[in-house]
Amino acid sequence: MKALYALYPDGSSAQQAVDGLRAAGIADRDMTVLSAQPMEDYEFGDMDKGTWMWWCACAGGLVGISVGVWLTWLTETSWPINVGGLPIVAWWPNLIIIFELTMLGAILATFTTLVVTASLGRSGTNLYDPEVSDGKILVGVENPRDEVAMAIERALRTRPDAQVKTIE
Amino acid sequence: MSRPTAHRITNDLLRPLLHTSWRFYLLVAVLGSIVLAGLVSWAIQMTLGFGISGIRWPIYWGVYLTSFVFWIGISHAGTLISAILRLVNAGWRRPVTRCAEVITVFALMIGAMFPIIHLGRPWLAFFLFPFPNDRLLWPNVRSPLVWDFFAINTYLIGSVLFLFLPMIPDLAVVRDRTTGLRRRLYGALALGWRGTPKQWHRLETAMQIMAIAIVPVAVSVHTIVAFDFSMVPVPMWQSTIFGPYFVAGAIFSGIAGLIIAMAVLRRFLHLEAYLHPVHFQNLGKLLLVMALLWGYFVFNERLVTYYGNEPTEMAVFWQTQRGSFAPLYWTMVVCNFLVPLVLMGIRRFRTITGCVIASSAVLLGMWLERFLIIVPSLGHKYLPYTFGTYRPQPVEIVIASATFAAMILFYVLFAKFVPIISIWELKASAHPSPRLILPALEEHPLGELHL
Repeated sequence: MKALYALYPDGSSAQQAVDGLRAAGIADRDMTVLSAQPMEDYEFGDMDKGTWMWWCACAGGLVGISVGVWLTWLTETSWPINVGGLPIVAWWPNLIIIFELTMLGAILATFTTLVVTASLGRSGTNLYDPEVSDGKILVGVENPRDEVAMAIERALRTRPDAQVKTIE
Repeated sequence: MSRPTAHRITNDLLRPLLHTSWRFYLLVAVLGSIVLAGLVSWAIQMTLGFGISGIRWPIYWGVYLTSFVFWIGISHAGTLISAILRLVNAGWRRPVTRCAEVITVFALMIGAMFPIIHLGRPWLAFFLFPFPNDRLLWPNVRSPLVWDFFAINTYLIGSVLFLFLPMIPDLAVVRDRTTGLRRRLYGALALGWRGTPKQWHRLETAMQIMAIAIVPVAVSVHTIVAFDFSMVPVPMWQSTIFGPYFVAGAIFSGIAGLIIAMAVLRRFLHLEAYLHPVHFQNLGKLLLVMALLWGYFVFNERLVTYYGNEPTEMAVFWQTQRGSFAPLYWTMVVCNFLVPLVLMGIRRFRTITGCVIASSAVLLGMWLERFLIIVPSLGHKYLPYTFGTYRPQPVEIVIASATFAAMILFYVLFAKFVPIISIWELKASAHPSPRLILPALEEHPLGELHL
């Protein structure tokens, strides 16, 4: 992997670099921005904000409800035993298990959605610098085209406190 | 109060992971020995039979079930409190949440062990699983014990994920600071975390959803533990108040457990710069509120029984008020009500030491509360042939004590391998973005208005 990137000490200088890259014709999807904390109060922190996670959690809850209803109904009807005249399929106590399985479905769906949509657990080489974990903010471009490499470097160097690095 | 730099936060919180003193090994050896003694006792109980414990007809639930309810209660310290503080965006929560969430996971694991120990033949524990036997007979889903299985496992899975998700960025920090095998191990646990805006958004959204989902699950868990009692016709058990009474008691003991854990971490891991007196004062105020709520529930329970004047219930009532269980009962009242009321109610005493003393009293009081719910009622049921006495035997005492050692051991090991305070959340509060609203970041005392 080839990459051209810079490390910045704070959010405002990183924001300037992102703006510079946009001015150089780099699309947001081609940029890499990495930070050790959420930067949601800078504009670049809003990249890729849209998510279906809430809907996925609801869908997981619906699957949980279905499993709960199916499991309680199945266990009670597969060997119906009359206990003190109580109904064989007793919905009041069943609601407890249905509730637990609903919440379990929502929780598992949330976790799965996070892992899938945030690209966690995927192997492969991606642009990263360990200095990010010390508080630096990384802004860069992976596999830049040769014709825009100079413009990218100029955009990254707009701030004097930037540490520009390359990976060949 | 000066804010530590991002670099200092990382160094301070990674110090326990990267440097190990002889004290750590000594502590692990001592705690490990106690846990081993508990495991040996359990093996002896399985070999010689359940008769060597003090549990026999009519008192089938003794120290084991008392400890089960106690540990499930302690588990409410973490995930529930952390989820509520996250949802209300309390700025002072940041150094507290992980310390709390860890308690939940380990307390639940230990609590869930007790029904298995209590089975006598633990290899038959799978009878509770939703899995039919050879004759296609399923576990009875109308039984509160099966509800326990579902509730505790849902809460455990949710709590483990709720603990793990905000740990991922910190595991990436440890990955970047270590080498060799440790780097590979932390790298695998960090799931390739890099810190892109997309990952941060997804993580925060997931934490919000989990916080919303986990609160009702936590409430349901202890309500269902209460149903283990209130669904059976035993004097002073069949009560509609048991659900909320147990939930309040669980949060009460949970806060007490959290205060003690935080004080120990602060002292031994030198986290004075992160766990400030204001955190203890705020938790102390919550402890005071829960002490008052606990007093209200106990008063309700006792008053209604007294007015009902049902002879069997009154027999149990008087046994605890002025009979053989009275010393334990009044110790419980002092520990759970008077001590926290005085120490947490008077501002001068609401220091770290005062909070720890009150919390220790509450933990003792809450264990006694569960014992007093279980034993006097089972020993004095409706007909004289069901009357009996109970005396805990050494095997029960050793096993129960070993679970306390196991809790501390797990906690110590966790703090050794994972930053016990969330590094990225602390950094976010130490170096906020300029547009963030201050009250959400500041560590302000509870009860002070920030308008």
